[in-house]
Amino acid sequence: MSMDIFLQHLLNGISVGSLYALIAIGYTMVYGILLLINFAHGDIFMMASYFMIFAVVDFGLPVWISLPMIIVLTVILGMLLERSAYKPLRNAPRMSIMISAIGASYLLENLAVYLFSGVPKGYPDIPWLTKVINVGTISFQTVTVIAPVLVIVILGALMALVNHTRTGMAMRAVSKDFETARLMGVRIDRVIAVTFAIGSGLAAVGSVLWGAKYSSVYPLMGVMPGLKCFVAAVFGGIGNIPGAVLGGIVLGLGETLLVAFFPGLTGYRDAFAFVVLIVMLLVRPNGLLGEKEADKV
Amino acid sequence: MRSENILEISGLSVSYGGIRAVKEISFGVPKGKVVTLIGANGAGKSSTLRAIVGLEKPAGGSILFNGVELSGLSTDAIVEKGITLVPEGRRVFPNLSVLENLKIGAYMRKDDLTADIAWVYGLFPRLKERSWQKAGTLSGGEQQMLAIGRALMSKPAVIMMDEPSLGLAPIIVQGVFDIIREINRQGVTILLVEQNANMALKAADLACVMETGTITMRGSGAELLENDEIRAAYLGKARK
Repeated sequence: MSMDIFLQHLLNGISVGSLYALIAIGYTMVYGILLLINFAHGDIFMMASYFMIFAVVDFGLPVWISLPMIIVLTVILGMLLERSAYKPLRNAPRMSIMISAIGASYLLENLAVYLFSGVPKGYPDIPWLTKVINVGTISFQTVTVIAPVLVIVILGALMALVNHTRTGMAMRAVSKDFETARLMGVRIDRVIAVTFAIGSGLAAVGSVLWGAKYSSVYPLMGVMPGLKCFVAAVFGGIGNIPGAVLGGIVLGLGETLLVAFFPGLTGYRDAFAFVVLIVMLLVRPNGLLGEKEADKV
Repeated sequence: MRSENILEISGLSVSYGGIRAVKEISFGVPKGKVVTLIGANGAGKSSTLRAIVGLEKPAGGSILFNGVELSGLSTDAIVEKGITLVPEGRRVFPNLSVLENLKIGAYMRKDDLTADIAWVYGLFPRLKERSWQKAGTLSGGEQQMLAIGRALMSKPAVIMMDEPSLGLAPIIVQGVFDIIREINRQGVTILLVEQNANMALKAADLACVMETGTITMRGSGAELLENDEIRAAYLGKARK
């Protein structure tokens, strides 16, 4: 394999990984606070794609209006999901809320089939994301460069939020101890709502970048990215935000290079993520950046 | 001696799925005093405190704080009124620094915290030395100091403490009780739940003895310390 082809794959892998990272952050933040795997997260991502199609194709809105609008809509959807499927189970055993999450996931998928039909639709073309740039013999879409840069900016902003703001402090407190956080006067329902809002907003951003790379939108499109990004979150250490980004990028890069080096394994592209998951759970169950719980009594 | 009760509990009951942990108890906490509830494990002491601060829903009765009914309010609304609980087992946030733990204690306050942080660090110089350390790395005694300091940061009128001496070495326990007296001297009313009856009664102006969800005896701390039954049951001393 020549150097420029390798670079091409490398670039591709990083950009796919950046998309995974955006979605994985949503998993990891919700898990960090509620100890819940939000199985519906991938479907929120799918809904965001449909929102974009409606805004741009059906309502003919320009992209610069549609973009903030679908982010807001997706945030509202995510908060609505939390309100209706998770909040009523706040004091229920963890298994109940997990089953509720699975139910919510299927509900969204089937709702999408019912409302939008199962026939794939094309994601609207956003020229400044899909424009092809040639550098020497390498060619790539602008989204390939925008995605990782955006992820780094978002990661920085999130770390500042979590570590240096009042809300972030409350998030960290709630993630360890609901009851004591309540005693401090923290309105934990608000903190949880904010967490879902952030996760859903990032899923919406992810869906826009995703649409520029893979333009097919269908009701089950969130399933595989959802699962893979969950793997990415676990791989990086679930509950850990930089871990989710790292996990996403490693996963994206890994599967892209696997296929590049071993074209015969193309069919196993998706399997790669799950092999990684199994190996990680066996070798280092807390993930790359996850810390071991050292509860002192 | 009559003084105004800042906290007035009447007919309070707490149930856990049909089991009555607290059965229609009534007592008052006079402003500026130290009141203690003593009793064995499972007597309903913690449940009483948890009900007052809204962590358990009372099955009946009323909780008046400065004449305002607390029962039915959410925990954050209750804490905002100026009553706080130092929970059993300290429960500091291990992933937050010592300073952040103090700051989150003042989560509802919007004013400047500098003076109060200095005040708490004045009470607990050890915490100041460890300001940037994660609370999870502190010793048990230091965590208890932090839990008390964190509660003080909300500037409560009443501070409730659930077993502050639990699991601490005797010398540290002495320090905790010294601090309790000092906080009280500075004007904070204290409602203390303890199994360490000896220390609690010595510190308390008023005491109630709880057994299986009811108050079986009450009096001043000094009276109960001299009481034969109390001496035999809780202080491990022979009857006179």
